[in-house]
Amino acid sequence: MDRYKTRWAYTFLAFPILFYIVVRYYPTFNAFYISMTDWNIVSKEKHFIGLANFKLLFSDEVFYQTMGNTIRYTVYGLPIGLLLSFTLAYLIDRAGALESFFKAAYFVPYITSLVALSWVWRWLYQQAPIGVFNNILISLGLPQQGFLYDKDQALYAVLAPTIWAYVGFQMVIFLAGLKAIPERYYEAASIDGASRRQQLFRITLPLLRPTVVFLLIVGSIYYLRIFTQVYNMSYQGGGGPLNATKPIVLHIYNSAFRHFEMGYASALTVILFAIIMVITLIELRVTKSHD
Amino acid sequence: MTDSIKGLRQAVLIGILLLFSVVMLFPFVWMVSTSFKSGVDVFGLSLIPQHPTFKNYIRLFEMSAFPRWFFNSLFVGFTITVSVLFFDSLVGYTLAKFRFPGREVVFIFILATMMIPTEMLVIPWYVMSNGLHWTNTYWGVMFPGVISGFGTFLMRQFFYSVPDDLIESGRIDGLNEFLIWSKIAMPLVRPALAALAIFAFVGNWNAFLWPLIVSSDAELFTLPVGLAYFSGEFQSEWEMVMTGASVATIPVFIVFLIFQNQIIKGIALTGMKE
Repeated sequence: MDRYKTRWAYTFLAFPILFYIVVRYYPTFNAFYISMTDWNIVSKEKHFIGLANFKLLFSDEVFYQTMGNTIRYTVYGLPIGLLLSFTLAYLIDRAGALESFFKAAYFVPYITSLVALSWVWRWLYQQAPIGVFNNILISLGLPQQGFLYDKDQALYAVLAPTIWAYVGFQMVIFLAGLKAIPERYYEAASIDGASRRQQLFRITLPLLRPTVVFLLIVGSIYYLRIFTQVYNMSYQGGGGPLNATKPIVLHIYNSAFRHFEMGYASALTVILFAIIMVITLIELRVTKSHD
Repeated sequence: MTDSIKGLRQAVLIGILLLFSVVMLFPFVWMVSTSFKSGVDVFGLSLIPQHPTFKNYIRLFEMSAFPRWFFNSLFVGFTITVSVLFFDSLVGYTLAKFRFPGREVVFIFILATMMIPTEMLVIPWYVMSNGLHWTNTYWGVMFPGVISGFGTFLMRQFFYSVPDDLIESGRIDGLNEFLIWSKIAMPLVRPALAALAIFAFVGNWNAFLWPLIVSSDAELFTLPVGLAYFSGEFQSEWEMVMTGASVATIPVFIVFLIFQNQIIKGIALTGMKE
């Protein structure tokens, strides 16, 4: 019987295991290997050059610029998004009416094509008389803003729709976390005379720690991987003006598929992979130590 | 606290939330509204088109490859969804309900793949597709997605709740293991299959990076890639760009309105998306 079941199990698993080896594991190792070659697709020749790409990378100004931008997206976007989504979830939970409407309204941007959203926002940001935001500013008697054309504003102009598109997802997760807290905790606290504020800081937030950690992990990955927005909101997808909005993934895309420097681009992906791993492990460890 | 104060507070809360939903939805409303405008109307701040017209939609479908891109996205999304439902539930079931040597190893082997960022895989995938002549084919767009670690993990959780007695009774009736899975176990996890189907379809409908890399032939573009290309070309005609964006957005809207509760429950349950 056991052999019978084992045979069936591996019959079911044979193709999927092959798939994971060919389409996940082999490419992962291949990415590490390519990162140690000087391969560019035009030359067809591939030489092993050790860690030279990584050395090059640390002297590449664009690498530091794009890393800086990526960190800025994450460090600004994640806390703002979490604060906003928690506030919304908390208010929805207490409003006690129209819950499904609010959930749907906030969630819609998350399931919509980012390409479409990016172009809508790009249009909203245009100069007057095209762009709605500048039209509104002018009708209020305020000066026009450059938004995507201004190198000091462009990163924030990209960040706004990025937060906007993600906040609904974070809100749904927070709301599920809030609903999982047993009502009797609050009842007991009220009887003891705890105010709403005390209940929020002493009961709600501590009990939401697992939710927050989960959202920190998936949220930092979301912001570290920013690409589609910038590709569609900057001039010819270049990440301008003057690389002001260019994230690391766009640098990877440009190196690999516009300049065909496959070795260098792979080295960049290895760095991205390492950063995501480290952040995930740190965030997991932080929760464990609190338990 | 008196009832009137409570009522007032609730009204204020609902007011704030309504105001915020306006902020959340306003880009969509503006997008759809502009897709029905033409001429000088496009620059107007009025939300309701003065002379509403279908002209932009007709032009879009006549002048560009949008119908083709729409079909490509439907085809790719549908095929991947069917494949993911089949393989992920088969593997999830096997890992949940069979005891066999190597089960834990296989599980971790699959789970670990969820940690690998797509960005790291696209260059090797591209190399692979080039060598095997998969670029500019549907298979090239689809192959990385036909099985997903996330779906396998999700289905495994749900198959745990299928009672072993039912599976045993299938064996006594002389059904083979494949039929037990398809005839007995699968019907019992329908809600999970529905959630997975929606995630797979919406995720692939919206996918951008890999379809952008693997297809250079406009005939093979999916809707997001086509929209990005089209919008770049038509940038000065914003009403056309908004029409294209509406076409890419509206099908997902409809899916969302129909399956809203399942989608939100599914997200809350799994807390994840492809």
